[in-house]
Amino acid sequence: MTATVATITSGKGGVGKTTTTANLAVALAMIGKKVVCIDGDIGLRNLDVVLGLENRIVYDLVDIVEGRCRLRQAMIRDKRLPDLYLIPAAQTRDKSAVSPSDMVRLCDDLRQEFDWILIDSPAGIERGFRNAVAPADTVVVVTNPEVSAVRDADRIIGLIEAEEKGPARLIINRLNPALIRRGDMLTADDVLELLAIELIGIVPEDENVVVGSNRGQPVAMDGKSKAGEAFHNIARRMNGETVPFMNLEQKEDIFKKLARMMRRDERTGG
Amino acid sequence: MAGWLDWLTGQKAKSAGQAKDRLKLVLINDRTDLTTEELETLKNELLEVISRHIDIDPSAVNITMAQEGREQRLLADIPLKPVTRRKPGGSVGRLK
Repeated sequence: MTATVATITSGKGGVGKTTTTANLAVALAMIGKKVVCIDGDIGLRNLDVVLGLENRIVYDLVDIVEGRCRLRQAMIRDKRLPDLYLIPAAQTRDKSAVSPSDMVRLCDDLRQEFDWILIDSPAGIERGFRNAVAPADTVVVVTNPEVSAVRDADRIIGLIEAEEKGPARLIINRLNPALIRRGDMLTADDVLELLAIELIGIVPEDENVVVGSNRGQPVAMDGKSKAGEAFHNIARRMNGETVPFMNLEQKEDIFKKLARMMRRDERTGG
Repeated sequence: MAGWLDWLTGQKAKSAGQAKDRLKLVLINDRTDLTTEELETLKNELLEVISRHIDIDPSAVNITMAQEGREQRLLADIPLKPVTRRKPGGSVGRLK
């Protein structure tokens, strides 16, 4: 086994990096891949709670790097998915506790044992980002169809190219089909035209994602929700499969459209 | 009425289009590290230098920033005024 190291990053915070990392890890483990995910957000760890593994942390990433524990001791195995492991971030330290070469060394030690190493990058373009990207074989950029997120994604894509880790691939997260139909949200095509990189997935806005986080049970685990399905599709594409994109921007039929227009005109008195 | 008109013409409501147009400009600025004013200055200086050597019609000039993949390029379309209009008969006569 020689793992592929995939770093999930975004530039802007709050676009769904950690949710994406957790769900891709779950989806990959569910198709029989051995996966370890590393929380790269030292000082602001969250991957543990999203995965529902927060009560099982004894050692963390900084403990490994500083030699206080062996690699194995810091790896938490998910009891629901025996092929899924987590290396949590330290909560009481900051990004400077780990260097890019520490991350490269750590991943090299893990490579033999896994199919996939997923690194959840912190937001920003500083040390934490460079730590997360240093060992990457492939980089996934998460964005939302929204001006600030797209702008920051463009910046981070440029930095990934500068680090010679490109070309990055794109996940458009929290796409809202109803808003798109109203013409009030950038479409996936709009975002792709602006950023000009390869698309690897579109994840629709889905309340089940919040419910999943609340329970510590990523949506990909039950596989019934739209978002969960989207993450499973991305996991398969990461493994080289060709999976068609879900049709989320489907046009309404003419009757629905008429009904909606009438309602709007009543409201505006038009 | 506006709703019906949009529906009939199949036009997109405003905000997504605005977002895209604004992002296009912002990304050009971010990628080239040039503000819109700096770009304007660059265009004017470019025209000034060219007019020193050849006769051009400034109103026909078209200088734009284009995106090709992730590459940004400056495109200049500068039609030249025909030489014959400046020097009637000049070099053509000598050839004969």
